[in-house]
Amino acid sequence: MTQPLIDLSITEKRFAEKTVIADVAFQVVQGEVVSLVGPSGCGKSTLLRIIAGLDSDYDGQASVLGHAPRLHLDEVGLVFQEPRLLPWLTVAQNVGFELGAKGARHPRVAELLAEVGLADHANAYPKQLSGGQAQRAAIARGLFSRPRLLLLDEPFSAVDAFTRMRLQDLLKAIAARHDATVLLVTHDVGEAVYLSDRVIVLASGPGRLRGQVRVDIPHPRDRRDPALALLEGQALSLLEGVAVEQSAA
Amino acid sequence: MTEVVSSHPVAAEQRRARAPSDTGPRASGRLADVAARGRGLIVPAVLLVIWEAVVRGGLVPANLLPPPSALVATVRELLADGELQGHMLVSSLRVLAGFSIGAALGVAAGAVVGLSAKAEALIGPTFQGLRAIPSLAWVPLLLLWLGIDETPKIVLIAIGAFFPVYAGLVSGIHNVDRKLVELGQVYGLKGGVLIRRIFLPAALPSLFVGLRTGLSLAWMFLVAAELIAATKGLGYLLSDGRETGRADEVIVAILALALLGKLSDSGLAWLERRLLRWRDVYKTIGA
Repeated sequence: MTQPLIDLSITEKRFAEKTVIADVAFQVVQGEVVSLVGPSGCGKSTLLRIIAGLDSDYDGQASVLGHAPRLHLDEVGLVFQEPRLLPWLTVAQNVGFELGAKGARHPRVAELLAEVGLADHANAYPKQLSGGQAQRAAIARGLFSRPRLLLLDEPFSAVDAFTRMRLQDLLKAIAARHDATVLLVTHDVGEAVYLSDRVIVLASGPGRLRGQVRVDIPHPRDRRDPALALLEGQALSLLEGVAVEQSAA
Repeated sequence: MTEVVSSHPVAAEQRRARAPSDTGPRASGRLADVAARGRGLIVPAVLLVIWEAVVRGGLVPANLLPPPSALVATVRELLADGELQGHMLVSSLRVLAGFSIGAALGVAAGAVVGLSAKAEALIGPTFQGLRAIPSLAWVPLLLLWLGIDETPKIVLIAIGAFFPVYAGLVSGIHNVDRKLVELGQVYGLKGGVLIRRIFLPAALPSLFVGLRTGLSLAWMFLVAAELIAATKGLGYLLSDGRETGRADEVIVAILALALLGKLSDSGLAWLERRLLRWRDVYKTIGA
C-alpha cells in the first residue's frame, strides 16, 4: 500500500486554556486534491499550520512525507490566506525567494510567472499588483521548489468572485500539470467540491471530524453540473450535522 | 425580459490591475516636480524683499539686522579670501565623521536591542536615560576627558546622531510584520540571514526616519561643539561674529549652516527615495 503523504491524528490542540481541536484524523495520498472545510474556529487553519511545521505544540501524531512536520521542507509548498509577498522585492525576486539574491534570475521563475500569467510583471513591486495577481505570484512562489505537496490556507478568500473563479481554475490546472498533491483549507464549500477529489468536513467547538465527501467527477468539471451541486449539498448537510451516507466512506 | 451581460474574469482582473508601466506621461510629471519645487522659493523670496525694505526704511538698525544686499557683499568678501569655504569644509567634515560613527554605532546597538529581548532588558533603559541628557551637558565632560582638539567635537556629534538612529531601528524592528518573519522561517531562514533578508529591509523606513533626525541633530551638536571650543568651522564664525559685533557674519554663518543642513538632508532623502521606492505610501494631493 502507498504510504500517505499526510498522516494526521491530532487528539488535542489547545490555545491557552481553550481546546480548539479535540479529535481529528485523516490521511492524504499522492496525487489527491483534498479540501478541509468547516465553520470559523473549527481549527482547519491550525491543522494546516501543524502540517506545515509552523505549530508543533499539540497532542497526537503527525507525519508529512514520512516524517514529523518541520519547517522548510523543499518538497512542501505553502500559500497563505494573504499573499505575503515581501514588499521590497520584485515579483520575480519574491517567486525565487528561496534562492536569495540570485533567485530572480533562475529560469524556473520565468516559467512559473508565465504559467500564472505574470510574465509581464516580473520586475513590478507587489504594490503594483491587484489582489488576484499578488495571490498568483504567491502560488508561483509556493511552486518554486517543485513541491510534492502544496498546502493552501484559504488562498482565495480575499479576492472578488470573478478573480476567485479564475484562480480556482489556475490552481486546478497547476495541480494537474505538476502532479502535486494539494491540501486546501477553505470556508467555501462550493470551491472545495469544484476543486477536490475529497472534501473533509470539520465541526467546531472544539474542532473535530464530521465526515467527508468524495467527488468522483472527472475533470474538467462544469461549475453548473447538477452532480457537483448535489455533492455540495451533502457537504453542507455534514456541516449542519446531518448524517450523510457517503460520509462513512 | 432577463438580460445576461457577460464579463470575462481574466479581462476584469487585468483591468483592475495597475500595470507597472502605467505611470502617466513622464514629461508632465517632471514639469509638475519643477513647479512644486519652484513654489517652495516663493515664501523666502517675499521675506527677503520685506527684510530689505524694512532695514532700508530705517525700521530696524542695519548693524543689528543687515539687509540681504549687505549680506551678499559679506558673502563675496568671505568667499574671496576662502574663509567661508574653509569654515564650511571643516564643519562638513566634522559632521561627516561624527554622523558616520554615531549612525554606525546606532545601527549596531539598535539591531542588538531590537532583536534580543535580553539585550533590550539589559541596556534599553540605560540608553533611554542617556538619551534624555541635553547636548550641552556633555560638553564640559568631553572637554575634560578629551581636551579641546577634534576628538571631543566628533564624539559630541556622534552622540547626537547615535540616539535617533538607535531608536529608529529599534522601533522599526519591533514593528516588523510577524507574518513576514514567519514566511522567512518557512523558507528556513534563521539568525543573521533572517535579519538581513527580513528584519532589516522591513525596518528600513523607520531607520531612515532615525538617520534623517540623527543628521539634523549632528548639525545641531556641531554648532554646540564649535561655539565652545574651536578656531575653525561655522560655529566659530558665529562666535567670532558675536565677539566682533558683526551681525552680517553671524547671519552668513547661519545661512551656510542652513544650506549645508538642507543639502545633506536632501542627499539622505534621495537615498531614501531610491532604497524605499517599493513602499506603498500616501502621496499628498497635488504632489
